[in-house]
Amino acid sequence: MSVLELRERQRFDRSEVARVLAVPVLGFLLLAAVLSGLTSGAADMVAWDVLVVLWNFVSGRQATDQLAHAIILDIRMPRVLLGGVVGATLAVSGAVLQALFRNPLAEPSIIGVSAGAGAAAVTMIVLGTAFGAMGVVILYALPVAAFAGGFIATMIVVAIARVNGQTPMTTILLSGVAVAALGGAIMGLMMFISNEEQLRSITFWMLGSLGVATWTTILPAIAIMSVILFAMPTLTHKLNLMLLGEREAASLGLNVDRFKYACVALVAAGVGAAVAVSGTIGFVGIVVPHLLRMVVGPDHRILLPASALGGAALLLGADVVARTLAPPAELPIGVLTALLGAPFFLWLLRRAAREGSSW
Amino acid sequence: MVTLAAHNIDVVLGARQALTGASIEVAPGELVAVLGPNGAGKSTLLNVLCGELAADSGCVRIGGEDLRSLSSSALACKRALMPQKSSLSFPFKVRDVVAMGRDPFRVTVAASLNDKAVDWALAETDIAHLARRVYTQLSGGEQQRVQLARVFAQVWHESDDDVRFLLLDEPTSSLDLAHQHSVLHLARRLAEKDVGVVAVVHDLNLAALYATRVVILSSGRVVAAGEPGEVLQPALIADVFDLSVHCVEDPDSGRKLIVPTGNHRQSASVINMRRAL
Repeated sequence: MSVLELRERQRFDRSEVARVLAVPVLGFLLLAAVLSGLTSGAADMVAWDVLVVLWNFVSGRQATDQLAHAIILDIRMPRVLLGGVVGATLAVSGAVLQALFRNPLAEPSIIGVSAGAGAAAVTMIVLGTAFGAMGVVILYALPVAAFAGGFIATMIVVAIARVNGQTPMTTILLSGVAVAALGGAIMGLMMFISNEEQLRSITFWMLGSLGVATWTTILPAIAIMSVILFAMPTLTHKLNLMLLGEREAASLGLNVDRFKYACVALVAAGVGAAVAVSGTIGFVGIVVPHLLRMVVGPDHRILLPASALGGAALLLGADVVARTLAPPAELPIGVLTALLGAPFFLWLLRRAAREGSSW
Repeated sequence: MVTLAAHNIDVVLGARQALTGASIEVAPGELVAVLGPNGAGKSTLLNVLCGELAADSGCVRIGGEDLRSLSSSALACKRALMPQKSSLSFPFKVRDVVAMGRDPFRVTVAASLNDKAVDWALAETDIAHLARRVYTQLSGGEQQRVQLARVFAQVWHESDDDVRFLLLDEPTSSLDLAHQHSVLHLARRLAEKDVGVVAVVHDLNLAALYATRVVILSSGRVVAAGEPGEVLQPALIADVFDLSVHCVEDPDSGRKLIVPTGNHRQSASVINMRRAL
């Protein structure tokens, strides 16, 4: 057996192990992240306190410690739930788009959803407060506007990209770039006419945060994001076929255009909802699926669930770090994910390049 | 006889009449080679046969059923297509790529039978030893053979009552000589197992060697169809390809070989030049 074959065999065996272990290991990581998300914060609590509160809640018993009960179930739990669902949605959306574009560097913003949501949210902050809308109204109007803006922008992208009854991914990419530029221009214009207080809320929103999470604000968004997460099992085989090529996928019985529309709509809704409640959290959508693909391979039957678990664990972990670095201040989570993830990602890319695999 | 047949097909692509009244029929057991110069409409005809492209007039029937009445997933159970160049650039295992050929049967056929089909396709295309390798790290010739195994797996059928068709769009375009021959050899062997195969081919000798029938297209029209030995005459080739050829006999097998001698219009001057040399 030649050196090359031997090396490939070793890599194969390693990836076979990774395929089997990925989901349990990531699931364990997610559990750890959830627990540390529930324990860390201004009030001191250890894992045991959290478990007691959860046990009392699940078994329907009277809470032994009312304060701990309130902190964990009403303050920390929605935040942890939101972080997990947002992280999972962003990562799965990235994986889906990377398969549709057959390009491992695609990310959710490529179809214009982030720019559309951003433009709508910033417009709402500036014009909404200008027209005298007060705190509570903004609290609900902002996510609604962001979600609608993201979804509408994506539908415009797809409608423009449609040529002769077909929607080639290259034209989606190009019209996505154009719509993103337009969204950026609207955001710039709004920031230009905004006052200082508005500018601060815009900046805060654009950097991303899970801090607004309360049960009433997150539940609609979580319901929307759950759609793409629950749709995962129906997507896996079809995404694999898409990697073969669109002609191949069509000859294997996939209605390629309808599938692309369905995927883009799922991603637009999911990412739109995520952006609406947590601002723009970059980097999770591109890096988590890319990184996991290096480990478990391109098969979406493993890649999608692994991305969901990995994205959730990563965002929750990042949120814990963001909250505990300099309390009581919180680092913007979008800044943190990029700050930690980007160098790690570059290191992985270099390593993959040295080993001679493309990604 | 159950056939895949396109009858009297007209196709207009943009401002160009790509096909005019073209007809083609393939029965199980046949390997039909579609020949013709660039732009003659070979790939368009294959797309129409596949159901990818709707004809502007004329109809395509598979086993007597109109192609338009079948859903794309029902169609995928009856015919497979291997496009010219694969764009797969993700590091799947070879076996996983071949197994995708069974996707149309994932729900309807037992997993053990689908596995059997994949094993058969790997063995049939002589790549069983590559099954555990990573697709993106194979050579171009090996990759093409994996794609061939994928479509072989798709047309695998247990009972002889099921009819299957395989469409190959220039399967040899990027391959070296030995691989070109082995691909068409495998396609012919598949045809003998009661699959109807249609292949767009550029090399006339490959067609003459492996096809049971040839169909020659020129400017969107079928100008000749029949047995390779009868159809591939120097006069017709000169006419269609604008190329002057000699037919010589292979001293070993006695088969007819087609040897191009140069451009049709310029051939006289080329021959004169050769004489001068």
